[in-house]
Amino acid sequence: MAATVEQEKELIARILAGEVNLFHELVRPYEKLVYVTIFTMLRNETEAEDAAQEVMINAFRHLKSFRGDAKFSTWLVTIAMNEAKQRLRRARAAIHESLDEDKEEKEGDFTPAVLTDWREIPSEALEKKEMREKLREAVAQLPPIYREVLILRDLEELNQEETAAALGINVTLVKVRLHRARMMLQKLLAPYLKTAAPAKKGFFGRMFQ
Amino acid sequence: MKLECKHVWEHISEYLDHQLDAGLLKDIENHLENCEVCSAILDSTRNILVLTADDRTYELPVGYRERLHKRLEQALREKDSSPEKPA
Repeated sequence: MAATVEQEKELIARILAGEVNLFHELVRPYEKLVYVTIFTMLRNETEAEDAAQEVMINAFRHLKSFRGDAKFSTWLVTIAMNEAKQRLRRARAAIHESLDEDKEEKEGDFTPAVLTDWREIPSEALEKKEMREKLREAVAQLPPIYREVLILRDLEELNQEETAAALGINVTLVKVRLHRARMMLQKLLAPYLKTAAPAKKGFFGRMFQ
Repeated sequence: MKLECKHVWEHISEYLDHQLDAGLLKDIENHLENCEVCSAILDSTRNILVLTADDRTYELPVGYRERLHKRLEQALREKDSSPEKPA
């Protein structure tokens, strides 16, 4: 359970005043948040772990620049996103790949996949390990600008304003990108959802009975 | 107002986040009651989001917390890495 904003402020003040060991306590609620944020972008456990450690150390070194007008968790996520992006850039530069990750897609198909013979995913299908793996793969396939919004909103469950603050974009853009990200995920995963469900008589089949 | 499926799809995200105004919400709910295609899309999207938020979808590597705090411990001890003191 995360400390309240007031408790966190007090902790931060004490750390800055010299009680540095309290930093362990300050970041404990956010260990997973930082790791998962980075892992979804880098997709490598070892590198994500190393990056997460760097993020925490950087947060400690720059704690004074934390303004307190955003939540501490939002600030940490921003640092985590930046660290992951930097590592991705370095990796791409190494293979001379062009950097177009921030390009907004004006044109594109953001419609969902239509499942005519499907009503509800049986809970057993969702419980399967393979389904989680498919989901992780699908999240990894999203273009970065959509993936980062999805991670913050649907995985970390930040609200729209916090997400906008963490990414330095406005709330409208958060909404647009989130919608597109969700529709892309639905489309990527629809084939697995479909086969996981028992075959049912289709919508059109019933229509012409 | 009678809605087309395509129009409903554009609002699925807002629907899931409870951000639709009352009028449009009612139109969309009416449509969903009569359209299996759109209800299937809505349910599948909702289920995907439940799975995304599930703690088991992304797990921490074994020993991650211990290694993190060990490395932090080192960083906290290094004198030159301490947070800058107020001037």
